[in-house]
Amino acid sequence: MNNQSISLARIIRLSVLSVGALAFLAPYIFMISTAGKAQSDIFTSSLSLIPQQWFYLQNFAKALSRVSMGRLLFNGIVVCGLILAIQVTIAIPCAYAMAKLKFRGAQAMIVLVMLGLLVPIHATALPLYVAFDRMSALNSFFALVAPFSISVFGIFLFLQFFRAMPDDLIHAARLDGMSEIGIIGRVIVPNAWPAITAFAIFSVVAHWNDLYWPLIVVSNQAYATPPLGLLYFRAAEAGDDYGALMAATLIITLPLVLAFLFAQKRFVEGITMTGLKG
Amino acid sequence: MSALSLRDIRKSFGDNQILKGVSLDAAPNEFIALVGPSGCGKSTLLRILAGLESADSGEIRIGDRDIAQLPAADRNIAMVFQSYALYPHLTAAQNIAVPLVMRKLTRSQRLPLIGSVMPGQRKAVAEIKREVKEMAVSLKIDHLMDRKPGQISGGQRQRVALGRAMVRRPSIFLMDEPLSNLDANLRVHARGEIVELHRRAGVPTLYVTHDQAEALSMADRVAVMIAGDLLQLAPPQVIYDDPQHIEVARFIGQPRINLVASQVEADGTVALGDARCGLSDRTVEPRAPVTVGIRPEFVGVTRHGDTGLPARIERLEFLGSEIIVYARLDAIGDTMIAKISPAEGAGLVSGMPVRLQVAAEHLFVFAADGQRMPSFPLTTGAVREAVHG
Amino acid sequence: MADMAAVPQTIALPAPRSAPLAAEARSAWLLSLPAIVLVFLFILLPVVAVIGLGFTDFELGYAGFKFVGLDNYIELFTDRTFRQSLWNTAVYTAIVTPISILMALGLAMLIEAENIGRSFFRTAYFLPVASLLVAMATVWQYLFHPTIGPINAMLALAGIPGPNWLGSAGTVLYSLSIIGIWQSVGFNLVLFLAGLTAIPRELYAAAEVDGARAAYDRFRLVTWPMLGPTTLFVTTISIISSVKVFETVKTLTEGGPNKASEVLLFTIYKEGFVYLRVGYASAMTVIFLAILIVLMFLQYRLQDRQVHYT
Repeated sequence: MNNQSISLARIIRLSVLSVGALAFLAPYIFMISTAGKAQSDIFTSSLSLIPQQWFYLQNFAKALSRVSMGRLLFNGIVVCGLILAIQVTIAIPCAYAMAKLKFRGAQAMIVLVMLGLLVPIHATALPLYVAFDRMSALNSFFALVAPFSISVFGIFLFLQFFRAMPDDLIHAARLDGMSEIGIIGRVIVPNAWPAITAFAIFSVVAHWNDLYWPLIVVSNQAYATPPLGLLYFRAAEAGDDYGALMAATLIITLPLVLAFLFAQKRFVEGITMTGLKG
Repeated sequence: MSALSLRDIRKSFGDNQILKGVSLDAAPNEFIALVGPSGCGKSTLLRILAGLESADSGEIRIGDRDIAQLPAADRNIAMVFQSYALYPHLTAAQNIAVPLVMRKLTRSQRLPLIGSVMPGQRKAVAEIKREVKEMAVSLKIDHLMDRKPGQISGGQRQRVALGRAMVRRPSIFLMDEPLSNLDANLRVHARGEIVELHRRAGVPTLYVTHDQAEALSMADRVAVMIAGDLLQLAPPQVIYDDPQHIEVARFIGQPRINLVASQVEADGTVALGDARCGLSDRTVEPRAPVTVGIRPEFVGVTRHGDTGLPARIERLEFLGSEIIVYARLDAIGDTMIAKISPAEGAGLVSGMPVRLQVAAEHLFVFAADGQRMPSFPLTTGAVREAVHG
Repeated sequence: MADMAAVPQTIALPAPRSAPLAAEARSAWLLSLPAIVLVFLFILLPVVAVIGLGFTDFELGYAGFKFVGLDNYIELFTDRTFRQSLWNTAVYTAIVTPISILMALGLAMLIEAENIGRSFFRTAYFLPVASLLVAMATVWQYLFHPTIGPINAMLALAGIPGPNWLGSAGTVLYSLSIIGIWQSVGFNLVLFLAGLTAIPRELYAAAEVDGARAAYDRFRLVTWPMLGPTTLFVTTISIISSVKVFETVKTLTEGGPNKASEVLLFTIYKEGFVYLRVGYASAMTVIFLAILIVLMFLQYRLQDRQVHYT
C-alpha cells in the first residue's frame, strides 16, 4: 500500500545523492577533460567534455618537461617514507612503555602528549625555521623530515590501542623470557597492525599533501615535494596554459587517488583519524 | 473470543523461510511464552506483530480488528526490548513519558519552545506527568526518575523499560527476552515481578525467550517454535509430559530427554530394553523406523540383576539433590542419561557396569517425521518401583 | 642490555620487592627517552621560543634583537592587515563550517537510508579529502576562470553574467569557501556515517512502537540526540581546519585581491617567512595558538557534560 510513496522517496533520495556526487566529482571530470584539450579548444568550448583535438600527449609532454615530475614523486615518497618510518619507530616503544610499564613519568607524559596534540606545525614553524637557518640545514631532506620525527598523535593512537591489549599477553611473554624490546618486536607489533596501517595512511596523506612546511624550508627544486612542485610549475606557466596545468595536476593527484580507490576502507579509517588530532 | 489472533503468518528473507505459516490465539489476560532455539523465528514473529516488519502473508487480529496493514505507531502494542532500547539522552521519567507525548500531544505541541505556548499543551503535559509518576510509583522506581539510563543498574533499566511499555495501557504486551541482560539472581526474581505486572495489566502478553525455565515457570501456555514452525502450544505441564513432536521433547527438559533410534517390531509394538508399548495406530508397518524417548528421571540405574539395558557408566554429575548418570549402552553405544536420587546413586563410580531400567508408561514414540505416535504401555513400571523401594 | 638482565634477576631474588619495579621503570624510561627528547626539541622548546620571540623585534638577517615587551601585540591591534586577516578567517569559518556540517549530515542520512550505491556515494564525496589540495585548487581556478571557466560558461547559458570569482574582492572569500566546503564535506560525512551506524537499531524500533510515526519524530527522538557527540566532534574539527586554511589561499590568491583573502596562516607566513619579521610573526602565532586552545577547551567542556550519555 505504501510502496508507491517508498519508491517516490527513493527516487528523490537517489537523485539528490547523484546530483551531489556529480557536483563533487565535477572538478575531476573537468581536470581529465581539460588535460586533453588544445589551447584553442579550451578557449572556445569550455563546456564540451570531449576534446576536439586529442591533445593528451602534447600536454603531458609539456607538463613533464617543465618540472621533473619523477623528481617530485620521488621526493614525496622519500620524505613521507622517512617520516613514517621514524615516527613509528619512536612512537611505538614510547606508547608501549606508557601503556604497559609502571614508571613515574607515565602520568606526566600523558599530559605532554595531550599538550602536543594542540600544537600544529604552523605554531612551531618560526623558531624551527630560524634554528634550521642557523644550522644551514634548509633545503635538505633533513629539514623536511626532522620536525615530524615525533608524532604525539601517533603516541596517542598507539597508547589507546595498547591499553586495550590484555596484560596477560605481556606477562606470558615475560615468563617466556623475552626482553622488553623482544616483547615489542614479537608480541606488540604483530598484534598492532590495524593501528599501524591506519596511522601509516593518516601520516602519509598528511605529509604528502602538506604545503606549509616544505614551502618554508625548501627553495630549491631538487627537494620540492609534490605540492611545492606544482606551485613552481604554476609559477613557470605564467599564462593560461590550462591544458598543461591540468595534465600536471592529474599526474600529481593520481598516486594518492589511486591508492585511495584501491584501499578505500583503510583510507577512510586512516584519514578520519586526523579528526582526533584536530 | 480471542484477544489476539495470528493466522498463517509467513515470512522469508530471500530463499530463507523464517516463518512457515504460524497461527496462534491468545485469550484476554493470557501469558504466552514463545520459546525456541535462536534463529527459530520467534523474534521475527514478535517484530511482525509489533509492526516493525511486515509479514509476506497472514492475518493479525486484535479483537475483531485486522491490524496487519497498520504502522507500528498505530497498533497500540507495547514492546520491551532485549536491550531495553531506552533513549540514553532522556531521563527515566522522560523515557516513560515518550509514548504518551507521542500520542497525546499534537506535533505543534511537541515543538521545542513554541510547543509550550500551543493551546492545551500545559494541561496535557500535566496529565502526562501525573501518569508517569503513577507508573513510577507502582514500579517502585520513583526515586530514579531524574537519572539517565547510563546512571542506573541493569535491573532498574529493565523496570524503566517496563514502565515505558505499560504507561499507555496497550492492548497487547510484547517482550523480547527482557531478562537476558540481567544476572542470574536478578533474573529469577524478575520473573515473578513480570508475571505479577502482567496480572495487573490484564492484557495478553507474548513473551519471547530461549530459556525454557523462564517459559515453563512464567507462562500460562508455552509455544515451542523450531525452524519457523510453531510445533506445540500448550500449558507448561502438557508441553513437558506430553510433547507432540520430537523437537519439542528434545528442546524442553533439563537434562535432555534420551532419544534412541528403533523400529516397530513385527507384532506392531515398540520396545526399549524390557519396556514395551503398543501403538494406538494399528496400521503402522512393521520395521518402520521410530525414535523412542524417555526422560532421564524415568531411567533407573541398578548394579545387579539381569533385567534392563546393560550399560557402563561414563560419568557422574553430583548436583546435590540429585545425581546425573551418563551411561553408554553396551548394545548400541548410545549414551543414556539418568537422573537419580543420591540414595540410589550411592556406590556408583564411573566405569562401572550397570543395568538401566526404563518405565514403559513414560516412553514416547516418535515417527520418522518427528510427530508423536500415540502409544500405551504393555509392561509396567514395577521394575523401577522395586528399585526405588 | 639493562632490561634483559632484569628478567632473570626478578626470578632469582624474591627478597627486595622494589628491584623488578625499578628495572621496569628503567626500561620504561629508556623506551620513551627518544620520544621525550624529540617532544622537547620539536614541540615544547619551539612553543616556548615562539612565545619568547613574540616579545622581541627579532628579524632574520639582522644580527641582534632586543626585547620590546608588548609592542608587537599593540602593533597587531592596529595592524589593518592583521585585523582584516582575522576577520576574513572568521568569515571563511562561519561559512564553511555550518554548511559543510549540514551538507554532510544530510548526505549521510540519505546514504544511510539508501541500500544501493552506498560505497559509490561515499567514495565520490570522500575523494576530495584524499586528493592533493594544491592540485585540486588549480582545477578550481580553471573552473572559476571568469572567461574560459566552465562555471561562468554554464551561467552564461542560463543568461546570468558570472562574476570574477577569484579575481574580485567581493567574491574571492566566497569562492574559497566553496572550495573549502567541497574539500571537507566528505570527511564530515564519513564521521556522521560512522555515528549513524553506531545508533542501535532497537532504538528506532522502540521509537516506532512508542508512536513516533513520522521520520521527523524519529529524527528528533533518536537520530539527533544520539549523534550529539559526533556533531560536537565534527564541529570542533571543522572549525579548527577552517581556521587553518592556507593551501588554497597560497595557491590561488596570495591574499588578494586587495587583501580580501588574507587569512591568519597566510599573514603569519608572509610576515615571518617572506618579510622575515620573526618577532612580529611570532606574536601572531601566539594568537593563532590561543584560538586553537580556546576551541579545544570549549570542546572538552561540552563533551564533559555528555559523560552520562551511554
